[in-house]
Amino acid sequence: MTVKELSEKCGFKPAALPDGDREIDGCYIGDLLSWVMGRAEGDCVWITIMSNLNIIAVATLADVACIVLSEGVTVEDSIIKLAEEKGVNILLSDKKTYETAIDVYKTI
Amino acid sequence: MKELSLNILDIAMNSVKAKADTVSITLTETDETFTMSISDNGCGMKKDFLETVTDPFSTTRTTRKVGMGIPFLKLAAEQTGGNFEITSKHESEYPNAHGTVTSAVFNKGNIDFTPLGDIVSTVTTLIQGSPDIHWVFSHTTPKGEVSLDTNELKEVLGDVPLDNTEVILWIKGYLEEAYSETE
Repeated sequence: MTVKELSEKCGFKPAALPDGDREIDGCYIGDLLSWVMGRAEGDCVWITIMSNLNIIAVATLADVACIVLSEGVTVEDSIIKLAEEKGVNILLSDKKTYETAIDVYKTI
Repeated sequence: MKELSLNILDIAMNSVKAKADTVSITLTETDETFTMSISDNGCGMKKDFLETVTDPFSTTRTTRKVGMGIPFLKLAAEQTGGNFEITSKHESEYPNAHGTVTSAVFNKGNIDFTPLGDIVSTVTTLIQGSPDIHWVFSHTTPKGEVSLDTNELKEVLGDVPLDNTEVILWIKGYLEEAYSETE
């Protein structure tokens, strides 16, 4: 399953998709960035409500396949631009984190 | 980070890496705010580098592309409606007065305010890890003050090194007792 396929099947809206063909393995949920940085596993889908600049750095460090911003959280253009530059995929979900996670679980 | 004491540990480690010989950790609380200030006389940072330190994609570490200590502290302060500031003088420009001051103000009433956590362990870990540095710790609350100056300890201890296990345990006990008196 690639990030692009996940996005289509779950009905997420891609905000940045510089590496849509990236393969997904697993899912991690968390909003405390320092915690996520040490625990999210490589190639996972990371679901969070945090949308500041630091998420791009954490996604890069943890080498996640994509970030899914749940609960209808939006993201600034400057952060989308940085995500494109750094090769970080960002998808948007209007659903609550729990329901977003269920959709991901059923899909991957 | 789950506790501010871990942010403090992280920032103070920057001072150690900057080869400071004196590091002051000053915590000041009112009923509404918590202010931390960590100042050192280390090598300091040049202006162009200083401008990039809050950027999560800059670091002095070579093992990875990004360094997160300062961006995390800035985020932690700003998400309580507080603020963050870092000023620095590099040794090449200020040979006699170089160093860095990192400070952050938090609104304690904000739901996203992270508790201070185990500051006693942070202070003892720093002293044990770098016993040659002159550490000056002070925490002032509306109820009192807890303070420790390792130069004062050294005067009493003479030749006994600060990283001696007995000494570290004494420091830990001293700080815990001082904290229990300000509660």
